[in-house]
Amino acid sequence: MMPTIQKQRIIEYLKEGKRFDGRQPEEFRDITVEMGLSKNAESSCSVKFGKTEVYVGVKLEVTEPYPDSPNKGNFMCSAELSPLASESFELGPPGINAIELGRVLDRGIRESGFIDFEKLCIKEGEKVWQVFLDIIAINDDGNLMDVAGLAGLIALAHAKLPVYNEETGKPEHELSDIDLPLNKEAMAFNMTIHSINGVLIVDPSVDEEELSDFRISMAIADNNGEPRITAMQKGKETAITEGEMEKILKLVEDKHKEMFPKISKLVWGK
Amino acid sequence: MTKSSYTKRTDGRKFDETRPIKAKVGIVPSADGSAMFETGGTRAIAVVRGPRTLHPQHMQNPEKGILRINYGMMPFSVWERIRPGPNRRSQEINKVIEWALAECVDLDAFPNSVVDVFIQIPQADAGTRVAGLNAAVMALAHAGVPMKEMASAIAVGKIDKTIVVDVDKEEEDYKEGEGSTDIPMCFLSRSGKLALLQLDGKISIPELKEALKMAKEACKKINEIQIKALKESAGSEE
Repeated sequence: MMPTIQKQRIIEYLKEGKRFDGRQPEEFRDITVEMGLSKNAESSCSVKFGKTEVYVGVKLEVTEPYPDSPNKGNFMCSAELSPLASESFELGPPGINAIELGRVLDRGIRESGFIDFEKLCIKEGEKVWQVFLDIIAINDDGNLMDVAGLAGLIALAHAKLPVYNEETGKPEHELSDIDLPLNKEAMAFNMTIHSINGVLIVDPSVDEEELSDFRISMAIADNNGEPRITAMQKGKETAITEGEMEKILKLVEDKHKEMFPKISKLVWGK
Repeated sequence: MTKSSYTKRTDGRKFDETRPIKAKVGIVPSADGSAMFETGGTRAIAVVRGPRTLHPQHMQNPEKGILRINYGMMPFSVWERIRPGPNRRSQEINKVIEWALAECVDLDAFPNSVVDVFIQIPQADAGTRVAGLNAAVMALAHAGVPMKEMASAIAVGKIDKTIVVDVDKEEEDYKEGEGSTDIPMCFLSRSGKLALLQLDGKISIPELKEALKMAKEACKKINEIQIKALKESAGSEE
């Protein structure tokens, strides 16, 4: 919990378009990526926005398809926010923040069509690949959602399928050189916009997150240079006025132009 | 006595040689102390939070502070994905590491408090509890928790009849002859006392003596690496 005086300061600063760390309200922190955390993962990486860091790993298993999608692979995205990463996290089963984080990113990836689920079918109605995306918070300095979202895209983009043994019907302890089937053009990145006392900001610090009146998390894909939103979630108690929503959508258009090429470069390396 | 079938280590190491070790402190900025310890394909990170007031109150000790360990493997740290969350194995590891560190840390000045140590394994290739313990000791020192001495840990193995230091997964899975015996150990730096000892497999008394001797030697080297990493961090803090 931060003292009231600091809250007032943050709000006063924002009125003048300033932030404590010198950033503009609509500016992200520096992003760094490190690949290959685990040789036992199909793919893994760490991503940092400033001092916020998450680890992400992709694992695949062979499983049965769901009855309503017999020719499609399965996907599960889950997040662990343990006290390792922050004074304010607690031990125990995933709390609502971890559940929401996992589910919002899950929908963003699933609904964008980024993963080609039909190509993850091994035998219709019997065997499909199940993709696990595990997110572990390492240091929370705000905006875990967007950091984890980018880490997830990068890890998925670099994942290889394990070698599938036709005879045993199980994967070997070995990766093939086949990429995880993706629709590259469907990639959607995650961006969360917060509103503090009427000022919109992106990539919040922990204090800014605590102060924000509402937030909107979005998965944003690209449609010929224009943003295409594939998942959305509003968070926190304050409702959004029509004028605010207009400003938010304008900001989405601006940030999409700036960030989509940057994100693409981080994900695909070009 | 027949000769051991394990005459050469699969990765070419000498029998008393550890894997390449890397150690670093200060990897998690929001923590009171943090460290990374890596040996070969096994990497552990440890974060210390505290001393802080322990809740619920009925768990507090008015005589001195308590140390609490929380060890876990990341789901993608091993080939067969692990479900996140505690299990019987991790809870036992918490306890043996807690016992191992009990004589190191001095929490007499912190009644009713707790020091939490969180250990996570991003990548596993055997010996994760000893790597975690090594990282935990560094993180505690980095956090400035009062300590009477340091501690260093290593897993020594008996592969068929050959005693080797810092067992890797391939050695741990060795099936020929007498198979593989895994002996994680932890030695205190000044008193030289044994603070953690576990064993599974089968071993004779002379072999166990040999294993203890080799572990102690390896721990001396590890202690130097831990201290070097701590010294490097001093003065370079943000």
